[in-house]
Order: sequence, then structure tokens, then C-alpha cells
Amino acid sequence: MSQTLVTVDGVPLKVSLARAQRRGKLKAIGLVVPLFLFILVTFFVPILDMLFRSVENQLVGEVMHRTVPLLNNWDEQSGELPSEEVFAALAEDFIEANETKLGGRVGRRLNYEKPGFSGLFRKTTRKAGSLEAPYQQSFIDINQKWGDVENWKIFKRESAPYTISYYLAAVDLGYGETGEIVRNKDDRRIYLKLFWRTVWMSSLITVICLFLAYPIAYLLSALPTRKSNLLIILVLLPFWTSLLVRTTAWIALLQQEGVINDLIVWLGFVADDNRLSMIHNRTGTIIAMVHILLPFMVLPLYSVMKTIPPSYMKAAKSLGATPFTAFVRIYMPNTVAGIGAGAILVFILSIGYYITPALVGGQSGTLISNFIAFHMSSSLNWGLAAALGAILLAIVLILYFLYDRIVGIDNMKLG
Amino acid sequence: MSNAKPLVRFVDIQKSYDGEILVVKNLNLDVAEGEFLTMLGPSGSGKTTCLMMLAGFEPATHGEIYLKDQSINNVAPHKRGIGMVFQNYALFPHMTVAENLAFPLEVRKMDKSEREQRVKRALDMVQLGPFGDRRPSQLSGGQQQRVAVARSLVFDPDLVLMDEPLGALDKNLREQMQYEIKHIHENLGLTVVYVTHDQSEALTMSNRIAVFDDGIIQQCAPPEVLYEQPANAFCANFIGENNRLFGKVIEDFGDSVKVKIDQGGEVHAKKVNVGGVGERSTLSLRPERVVVAPEEGSLPNEFSAKAEELIYLGDHIRTRFTVCGHDDFIVKIPNSAAHASLQEGDTVKIGWNMEDCRALDPSD
Repeated sequence: MSQTLVTVDGVPLKVSLARAQRRGKLKAIGLVVPLFLFILVTFFVPILDMLFRSVENQLVGEVMHRTVPLLNNWDEQSGELPSEEVFAALAEDFIEANETKLGGRVGRRLNYEKPGFSGLFRKTTRKAGSLEAPYQQSFIDINQKWGDVENWKIFKRESAPYTISYYLAAVDLGYGETGEIVRNKDDRRIYLKLFWRTVWMSSLITVICLFLAYPIAYLLSALPTRKSNLLIILVLLPFWTSLLVRTTAWIALLQQEGVINDLIVWLGFVADDNRLSMIHNRTGTIIAMVHILLPFMVLPLYSVMKTIPPSYMKAAKSLGATPFTAFVRIYMPNTVAGIGAGAILVFILSIGYYITPALVGGQSGTLISNFIAFHMSSSLNWGLAAALGAILLAIVLILYFLYDRIVGIDNMKLG
Repeated sequence: MSNAKPLVRFVDIQKSYDGEILVVKNLNLDVAEGEFLTMLGPSGSGKTTCLMMLAGFEPATHGEIYLKDQSINNVAPHKRGIGMVFQNYALFPHMTVAENLAFPLEVRKMDKSEREQRVKRALDMVQLGPFGDRRPSQLSGGQQQRVAVARSLVFDPDLVLMDEPLGALDKNLREQMQYEIKHIHENLGLTVVYVTHDQSEALTMSNRIAVFDDGIIQQCAPPEVLYEQPANAFCANFIGENNRLFGKVIEDFGDSVKVKIDQGGEVHAKKVNVGGVGERSTLSLRPERVVVAPEEGSLPNEFSAKAEELIYLGDHIRTRFTVCGHDDFIVKIPNSAAHASLQEGDTVKIGWNMEDCRALDPSD
């Protein structure tokens, strides 16, 4: 029995089997490859690039390639300026930067750490031609700031090829006088507050969605298929309308001179000079986002409820449970998979939501994603934007992990 | 058993879902204490609706249902204290078997030690003692069925309803479960109302069978009465195998009639449910009551028949004859040493007794 099995023509059975199955395997791979490549290029590569950008800091070292290695020998704790040799190298770097036009970018990068660097570097680059020995004095003549040891400390710190300063900034931390990590001053702390606001507003939106969607999904699942299909279309109807149109429609409805305010003033609930402000604030964001995200809660709940046989409730009642007990003890536990799927879907969507808060959020309703967009397109601080995005990603992954631990990801049913 | 006082009484029950069609038409039925009553009928005959009205999941459109002489029309299902076994068991998938069984006790606020004791007793009753910690999905169909039965009994209800509980099981298991349920019924002295469309199941298990058709109870009788003395053409045809001959009454002898078959021949039959001379009638005759090649003159009804088809079934040979113009006349010939050996196409004499052929109402 120990001899290997062979086919009729003497080929080992395993080889023959592998050959017979190879075609099928190749076909399967061929079917998957296009989507895999697409996902790789459009999803994983950008995410990895973003994660890289949040710590990447090559620019300073590259442009100031003569100065930066020499700065390593400078003891920033001594309280003295770097040596003349460093200033000479700096002069050469600035002359080169004047030609490559990169001096301004380095200045902008250092400006994130301390305002003033941008102007300093622009001016110095412009006047690079007039630099001459002794270079230290020549630099200080161009701008006093070259004589400040603090500025040199920042320069040295941010010349390393990788930095955590974007992450520090993203959680409202910074460097103190002696280089230790401290919290920013009160008036400059914004991101932690924003993260917190994003999380609790997303939670609130998720909870509201759940409370609104549960009865609807229950009704849909209890109706005969013909009727429930019609109602499902009504639930899906918002998907067929542009997101922008729906959001702006909310502006028309909710604004101070809008339909709803007109109505309640006309009904006499509110005085004309005391109209409710329901848009361009938190309320507006929550109302509009609940409306937009509601279908994502209804559908998973519906698909789970549809699979719960009506006989469960009947059985519970026949066993002596009141309708309420039967619902809480029997029906609800069987919908946990749908609640979990809907909640995680709505929460993850809302935690990264951008358009709606940007349009109707105003000051108090903007979320972290709006600041990411701001740093991407207006302030051009991509490193900070990437760090904020990476933290958001981490929050989502942690929640996903917790969900898996508590509910089990295998139990999730999306439809 | 029919003399015991009724536990359940349906009085003039009518039920309509849409206000146009009566699903149950004027139902009157008593279920005696300790009785195993089966509601049998084709789908759409109203039997499940009756059960749901008794359980409280459907309101009666008209009439009263009494449980122990109390009208329960306005009593909510959970207050009726009626055990129920559902078609697909309806075991709660998020609970273990023991938790499923403990559920009715928990909602009755029974204390923990008593609860555990009862659950154990109920599990032992259905021979599932070691399975208390399993989930329902980890059990086979038959085991799930047993759990469902145990759960419906664990809170000691006076009455247990079963809605086609064995429909999802395969044939062997179904037969085994039939005996198990029957034994539980006998041992505990339960009152059971059982719904099925399977006549052999009904015959095996019941004290009495109520045959439903078209929202009406066609006959309510013990199995042997139902089989041997069907009250009308529907029951005769629905329960067991049945040969039908159609004709017109030409002579009335009081307790028997002479019926002229449409395609020729006259049959002397027992008068059961038929009008006088000139009325149409359906004659009903069980296949096993037909004698092949009888002694000449020994039977009142003798006809020549042509064997069309023979099917060998081991214990008997199922033979299809053409008799009196009907080519679907089935006779079961027992496979005994002395049985007549027939070939397809042979013509033989067949006959039957007057009592075995029942003259019933004209059906369609």
C-alpha cells in the first residue's frame, strides 16, 4: 500500500490531478486579476502613499543637502549658533536653491512648525547672490532670525528624512522650548476637538438612523413581497437622486427663510423674529446626514428581518411570553447581525463624510474630513492631511476590530 | 373517550380573511379531554386556520371558542396556556436547547432550581438528555422536532396544538416520530389537536379525525369508522384508496339500493348517503374488498373484468381492471400461495359484497 498511486498510463496520480485542475485555477485567477489590479492601483497604493506622506520629510534634507549633514555635529543644547562652516554650506545651498526655485518650498515646510520661516526662506533665497564671507554675519544681515538659536533647533529637527511632527500637529501637540513634546496653547487646539466631534456626531447619526430604520425594516419584512418591493423602491429612491441635490434641498427646507421655518412661524409656534437656525450648524449636518445614510441602515436590517420566520414570535407567545417580552428576548437578538452591519456601515460612512457637512455644516457642523480636504486643497499641507487621514483610518480599524470581538464579523449580513 | 367532557368547543365558528370568501364555514367541534384529534384535509381546506384561531393568532370572524367552558375569543395568545408545535419547529436559534426549553418557564417566573429540573425531565422524556447545551442548528431534523415537542410540553399545558410538525422529516423518521408523539400523548394524558394533510399519519395517531374540505368538516370519526364507513364521496376518496363507480339509483330497498352504472351493469350497494330512486350516486369500494374469481353465485355483485395492468408490490399485486366501462378499477390481490395467477389482458370474474360497496352522494 505504500507505493504511490498512478494513473493508467503511469503518471503519478497527484501530478495528473494537478494538471487536470490547472486550467480551472488559471481561469479563476484570470477572472480575479483585473479587479485585483484595479483595487491595488486605486485603493491600496493611494492609502500606502498617504501613510507614507504622513511621516515623509525628504524635502529639507534634499534641498539643503550640504547644510543638513553638518548640522548633525552641532550641539543644539550649547546655546550657541552653528559654526561658520555650517553657514558657508547654507550659503551654497541657498545659491543652488535660488536656481532650482526650491527654497520657498523648504520655507513653507518649516513654516508649519513656526510661522515666519516661509518669509525668511523666500527673502534669503532671493538675496542668495549677495551672500559672502563671513557668512554668519552676512545671513544675520539679511534677516535677524538667522541669529536665533531656537530657529536653528527647528531647522535641525525638521531636516531628518522622517518626522512625527505631522502626527503631533494632528493631535494638537507640538514641541516646547527645550524640544520636549507639549500640548498646544488652548486657542490652537482644534483637531482633537474635531475628532471627538466627528466620533460623537457619527455615533448620534448612527443611533438616530437605527431608531428610524428599525420600525420601517420591520414593517417591510412583515408585508407581502409585492407591497414590500414597492416600499423598498421608496427607500432606495434617494440613491437615484444626486447627493448634491438632496443636500441643497435640505438647505432650501431648513434655512431661516426656508419652508419649515415659514411653516412653524405661520402656525404660530415660533415668533417671526425668532426663527430657528437649523442649517449651517450641527443640527443641519445631523438632519441631512441621517436622511442620506438611512437606506444603509434599512437594507441590512430588512434583509435580516426577512429571514426571521414569523413563527418565532408566535412560538414565543404560545409559550407564554407577552408581545413585548417576545420581541425583546426572541426577535431582537435575531436581528443583531443586521443592527451590527447597518450600524458599522452608517458609522464608517459618516465618520469620513465630506460633502454634506461642507455644504450645511457651517462652523459647528464641520467634521474632520472637511479639515483634511482643507489641508489637501487650500493650505497644501499634505503631510498633516495625511496624518489626519491615517488617524481616521486607525479609528475605523479599531472599531472594526472591536466589532469583530464583540459581535463577530462573520455574523454581519449586508443583504 | 368521546363521553369525557369537552376541553375545547368550537361553536358556530366562521372565518374570512378578505370579507368575501369564507375559509371556515360554520364550524362546530368538541375536543374531549385526553383526546388526540386530527384535523385532516387538503391544503386550503381551513384546518390550519382553525388551529390558529384556537391558538389565538387569528381572530374568529363569527362564533365562540371555549377552552374549559371559558370563552377565549378575547384572550391573548400568551395567556391561553396552550402548547404549540410549529411546522418548522420555530426553535429559537440564538438559544441553546436547554434555554429554549427554559424560556416558557422563565416568562412564568419559575425559580431556577425548579426550572432546571423541569428542563431536564422534558429532555429526558424525548431522549435528548445530553443535548441541552447544543444549539438547535447543531441537531438533526428529528432531534429538533423532539426539542420542539418537549418545549411545547415543558410548562404542562392542558392542550397541545401541532401544525404539521412532521412535514419536514423524511419518511422513516416521520413514522418513528409518529409513534413517539403518540406514546407521549398516551403517557401524559394530554389533549392534542393535530393538523396534517397526510392521511396515514392521521390514521396512525388519532383517536378521532375531522376531515376538512372547503371550510367544512365532512366527517369527524375514529380512524376505523372513517375508513370503513365514509359518510360521503369526499371522505371515501380522501382516506385510503377507493374505487368509484358512477350511476343512478333505480331501486330502493330501504337499507340498500340498486344502482345502474352509466356505462352498463347494475350494482347492489349499501345505502349510506343517497337520495331516492332516480337520484345520481357515487359508489365507493375499497380495493382490498374485491374478490377475484369468486365462487359462482356466492356474491351479489359479479362482473367480468379485464386485467389491464399488474404491478408487483411484494405483499400484494396491484391490478388495474376495466369493469363496467371504468378502466381505473384497482384491486389488491394478496400475494398468497392460493392467489389467482393473472396475465395482462386476461378476463376474469370479480365480485364483492353488498356491505362493502357504499352508495354515496354524487360527487362532481
